[in-house]
Amino acid sequence: MNAATKALHPGESVGEQVHGHTHDHAHDDAHHGAQEGWRRWVYATNHKDIGTLYLWFSFAMFLVGGVMALGIRAELFQPGLQFWQPEFFNQLTTLHGVIMVFGAIMPAFTGLANWMLPLMIGAPDMAFARMNNWSFWLLPPAAALLLISLFVPGGAAAGGWTLYPPLSIQAGMGMDFAIFAIHLLGISSIMGSINIVTTILNMRAPGMTLLKMPMFAWTMLVTAYLLIAVAPVLAGAVTMLLTDRHFGTHFFKAAGGGDPILFQHIFWIFGHPEVYIMALPAFGVVSQILPTFARKPLFGYVSMVYAVCAIGILSFMVWGHHMFAVGFPATAQLFFMFMTMLIAVPTGVKVFNWIATMWQGEMTFETPMLFAIGFLCLFTIGGFSGLVLALAPVDIALHATYYVVGHFHYVLVAGALFSLFGAAYYWLPKWTGYMYSEFWGKVHFWWSMIAFNITFFPMHFLGLAGMPRRIPDYPLQFTTFNSMASVGAFLFGTAQILFLINVIRTIRGGVGPAPARPWDGGHTLEWEVASPAPHHTWETPPDEATVVAGLRLQGLEHS
Amino acid sequence: MNVENGVHDAHYFVPAPSRWPIVGSIALFCMAMGAAFAMNSVGAGKWLLIAGFAILLWMIVGWFGDVIKEAQAGDYGLQVDHSLRWGMSWFIFSEVMFFAAFFGALFYTRVISVPEIGYFSDTHDLLWSSFQAVWPAATGPKVDAYTAMEAFGLPAINTAILLTSGATLTWAHWGLVEGRRGQLKLGLAITVLLGCLFLTFQAIEYHHAWTEMGLNLGSGAYGATFFMLTGFHGMHVLVGTIMLSTMLGRALKGHFTKEHHFGFEAAAWYWHFVDVVWLILFVFVYWL
Repeated sequence: MNAATKALHPGESVGEQVHGHTHDHAHDDAHHGAQEGWRRWVYATNHKDIGTLYLWFSFAMFLVGGVMALGIRAELFQPGLQFWQPEFFNQLTTLHGVIMVFGAIMPAFTGLANWMLPLMIGAPDMAFARMNNWSFWLLPPAAALLLISLFVPGGAAAGGWTLYPPLSIQAGMGMDFAIFAIHLLGISSIMGSINIVTTILNMRAPGMTLLKMPMFAWTMLVTAYLLIAVAPVLAGAVTMLLTDRHFGTHFFKAAGGGDPILFQHIFWIFGHPEVYIMALPAFGVVSQILPTFARKPLFGYVSMVYAVCAIGILSFMVWGHHMFAVGFPATAQLFFMFMTMLIAVPTGVKVFNWIATMWQGEMTFETPMLFAIGFLCLFTIGGFSGLVLALAPVDIALHATYYVVGHFHYVLVAGALFSLFGAAYYWLPKWTGYMYSEFWGKVHFWWSMIAFNITFFPMHFLGLAGMPRRIPDYPLQFTTFNSMASVGAFLFGTAQILFLINVIRTIRGGVGPAPARPWDGGHTLEWEVASPAPHHTWETPPDEATVVAGLRLQGLEHS
Repeated sequence: MNVENGVHDAHYFVPAPSRWPIVGSIALFCMAMGAAFAMNSVGAGKWLLIAGFAILLWMIVGWFGDVIKEAQAGDYGLQVDHSLRWGMSWFIFSEVMFFAAFFGALFYTRVISVPEIGYFSDTHDLLWSSFQAVWPAATGPKVDAYTAMEAFGLPAINTAILLTSGATLTWAHWGLVEGRRGQLKLGLAITVLLGCLFLTFQAIEYHHAWTEMGLNLGSGAYGATFFMLTGFHGMHVLVGTIMLSTMLGRALKGHFTKEHHFGFEAAAWYWHFVDVVWLILFVFVYWL
């Protein structure tokens, strides 16, 4: 393959040329085989290797952030201070948030996109393979900054993951570490997203028009667009924090004509699209899994696409619903309230389409399907509690209570994380070439499902009863529900060890080799290549007949 | 670009494994640690920051060197060319959003927060009774007196310089596509010179503001938005000038053909973007 490809290469090239310059391809000799040892991972330009790095990194960060969550829940098991000083508790809640959002959920989806997008749209690799490497390798330094900050004088950032001034301006040097970590994460996100958008727009197989590509590609396209739009805004916001902290500016200080509320606006102009950056890829994953195991095409494909785009656009117009309690004029409250409720329309379109996809399908309930259905049930609950919070008068009572904590964990854990587990089980056969243990997968699902609800459902009651978030101690009347939540959290944490063991056992052979198409209902292009996927795939794009045959089975081609 | 059907090379160029990304990561890690330490007066911070920056420069030279080599070797086919165009466009979009954050801060401060502190509430009576809600003289208890920057002095000259540089760059591009290499080199050289002139004038402006007008980063919300916007813009002019100088060097070495010169075009796009940002900045920061 090496020689054949290289022989073709010069003839195909129409790039910039200079007279008398001979083609020198010595430098890309290595790109058709994997390098050995650590260089394979550190110098990687292969989308599958980089995808694998992303996925393992995000799982590691999931464990780190998870241990912090357990630290929080241990302290809250009963009233009074048992384990931590309040200062350290605040660092735990802050780092838990930052690490889970930027270290676990987002990189996991980028990892999926890296691994699967080129396979699903018939591209040889990501559009910018070398930059892809840098996108990943900026993440470990950022994570290191966050973890090192725990040990600097004053400890890590402790003002909550939203980094609101004036607290964040007064905080110690841990905040500077957090700010620079966010800069690195932002650079990584922007480069990763440019790669994803370009790959999707420019590298699809012949015959795969935009409205015929897999839903996962659509959701990643909109997600990456959102991220390119808002990651620089966050970078700007934390840069202003930095200059307010160290260079005497008054962006967020009223003493010089600035305004701390300004930071909240800029933060949430980033922060609300960020919510969809973590939710849309989950929609994409579920839109791949449900049709496969219902053995029916996705219901209402085009309306799904428009719903994703509508959510992407609306997500820029609702940031104020995070700020109902800052003293908005009534007009602003009404605007943000109605815009927020409007998002329920495209989201409802998606939920009903997913249900219609399963309607009268020949359903089987393998682990990916269980996680997808679990996602559907619990994410919808999170959506409903979101509607409750969208009502400005209600939100003023519930703002910064445990109701909010319960709400966004239904969206992010049962939403984003469950879809990630579903995706992992769905594509593990393609990644490893072996089948995972269905039994332990199902145990993982049911254990997670039950433990998740024990952990987070009581938080709604706590919030309605008035328990504020981000406190290490609470009055006695909140004890029962807090104890339940803590027990649930430790059960949930334990369940994830099952997942890790199952994945490692699958890599080592699992319950047997996987065929190229382990799921008979899967018709997207990734199932056309062998399992495990060879190091390089689609070096020549799939021919149009292959693409069209798959599209017919997905109900996207009727000719 | 054919969005609907994509463009297909038989073999899309996928670069070999490269050490540059990890070098860049090490550089940025050192810079982040170094800056965090330096800002908190930890001794080694400054040196770590400088070392990180040096590594970053090495990475940039090496990485772009590889890209130029690959381009010269003809590795970049039509589809790669389209990828580069998409990539640069989205990168510029991200830069637009970066500036949007600071323009947003400026508009919010001018339209909402300063009037709110001044007219619509009594808060300032308690905190700073002599506060006056006018722009640009938003003062406060922690702010020394300063004078705001005039639009029609050096900044207006700088506007003319940047606009002219946009024209000379386009003239250079015409030279390139019509095969007049002399015009390409001359146009690029003039553009680079105009970029340097802009930066020099901005340095003089800053020096004047700092030493004679009492205008610095601490000059209330005005000083903060003024220096943040013009400062980040100046940094972008510097980067753009370096990019164009590189293109001038490549032109002198005989790089670029009539059909394939995306490196040049990318730098030109970036330059025009910087130009447009300046116009908005001139209107809203200096003039109105």
